Amino acid sequence: MTEMLGPAEWTAIRLSLQVALVATLATLPLAIWVAHLLARKRFPGLQILNGIVHLPLVLPPVVTGYVLLILFGQQGPIGQFLQSALGFSFAFRWTGAALAAGIMAFPLMVRAIRLSIEAVDPGLEAAAATLGASRWRVFTTVTLPLVFPGIIAGAVLGFAKALGEFGATITFVAAIPGQTQTIPSAIYGLLQVPGSDPAVLGLVIVSITLALGALLMSEWLTRRTSRKVAD
Amino acid sequence: MLQIDVKKQLGDFALDVHIAAPLGVTAIFGRSGSGKTSVVNAVAGLMTPDAGRVAIGDMVLFDKAARLNIAVPKRKVGYVFQDARLFPHLSVRRNLHYGGSHDAARLISLLGLEDLLDRSPAGLSGGEKQRVALARALMCNPQILLMDEPLAALDAPRKAEILPYIERLRDEVQIPILYVSHDVSEVARLATTLVILDRGRVMIAGPVGDVLSQPEAVPLIGVRAAGAVIETRIAGRLLHDGLTELSFSGGRLMMPGNLGTLGQTVRLRIPAQDVILACEKPSGISALNILPVRITAIEPGRGPGVAVGLMAGHDKLLARVTRRSLQRMELTVGQEMYAIIKATAVGPEDVGI
Repeated sequence: MTEMLGPAEWTAIRLSLQVALVATLATLPLAIWVAHLLARKRFPGLQILNGIVHLPLVLPPVVTGYVLLILFGQQGPIGQFLQSALGFSFAFRWTGAALAAGIMAFPLMVRAIRLSIEAVDPGLEAAAATLGASRWRVFTTVTLPLVFPGIIAGAVLGFAKALGEFGATITFVAAIPGQTQTIPSAIYGLLQVPGSDPAVLGLVIVSITLALGALLMSEWLTRRTSRKVAD
Repeated sequence: MLQIDVKKQLGDFALDVHIAAPLGVTAIFGRSGSGKTSVVNAVAGLMTPDAGRVAIGDMVLFDKAARLNIAVPKRKVGYVFQDARLFPHLSVRRNLHYGGSHDAARLISLLGLEDLLDRSPAGLSGGEKQRVALARALMCNPQILLMDEPLAALDAPRKAEILPYIERLRDEVQIPILYVSHDVSEVARLATTLVILDRGRVMIAGPVGDVLSQPEAVPLIGVRAAGAVIETRIAGRLLHDGLTELSFSGGRLMMPGNLGTLGQTVRLRIPAQDVILACEKPSGISALNILPVRITAIEPGRGPGVAVGLMAGHDKLLARVTRRSLQRMELTVGQEMYAIIKATAVGPEDVGI
């Protein structure tokens, strides 16, 4: 398989992993917080927050990419602010690809984590509070350990989604080799060039392997933690 | 002194409760949906009342007028829930020490938990779970112990296994206990004060012996469950025929089984439906216990039954007769009668220490 993949393809694979990993890890804490908010709190605007979180799931990815472009692009208000205040830019850089992937993966992560938080008996949290535990201690010692399998499942789902993100990424940051060209955009690019079937096949095999590996790992982690919970 | 003044509107249900009880075991009794759990949750802080005041001794937990509402973790209440609520991901040992380690060694031995420490909650029986939950609540050194039907989910043998532990706690751990139950025999065994709730309001409250022997309490408790509670002393050893002789101000009673040692105090619940009234001292009947009594109250119920309050010595008893018997025997308040109590009427679950 190695001979099927040239240096450009290997770069795309490395970049994809980097983008997906950063996108998942950076959004995970926020996803846990939002999932907890949606599962446990009642406040005005709850449905609006719920809608905004799920928007990337139902919008065409090109629309999401375009919105990111006008907000975070070089001419966008947030993009300009970040550039002048911190000297940081998302535009046409791998960080932009990670932002697009993270936003597309976010609703999937929130959904999985929210479901597992809703499955935790609020009575256990109330019991912990009567035993003198602060809200933070209740969350870290009761809620979090019990929803750990859901968090793993959400993270893996998010990682897989981020790995496969195409539409929003290519709209927002294009497909610059070595900078924003991830596996899907590399495959798409190669398909435009006659005689590049071996490279396409190689990338397809890598995609399948990564997705399958992520699923198996999440299954294994979930089993391990649920066994621990049952012990 | 325990003060619980709570108002709360929960949908169609209005809770409006005023309880003032001495420290000790205060039992809250009522049908399901009468608001028992809401009262306990108001003390724990899990429910915020619309108005009122909750205080244990000098410690004020909630006072709407003073805008005081102590947060749940700072209230120092030990709460034993009906469903135990042990943390499934922690061992028994880590569950126990979650809130603190006050008096750990003694509580673990008092509740017989030595062999369970390394087990997981999932592997425990219902009775074991409740014993762990009880120790866990007490190990955070609470200023009040709240028990919301801790035995309701258990079968009779498991109940019998735990009740003595709770009795020991009541006598050895010097903290007030608020005990919710819909089981009269539990209440009669454990409580100092009894509060009867119905549809969100206090119907009757007072020392447990007084409340249970009031004819007015009969319809609230249920005609089959109603019965007075008396304190007796063991006056004779276990006799050769398996009976124990008990004495109280109204005379002597023979009860089956070995109830304890000579001189020991025994709390006895005598179900109202098992007390028969006679105008003259009967002879030639199988019942062993015949006591001279005086009628103090007659309370007609909704059905064919009538609750009759009796005075035996200076202890109160309760009998339930039919309306027809009442008319035929021409019973009136102040009349001297004989009460006949079958020795087998009092089951082991009605005998407390």
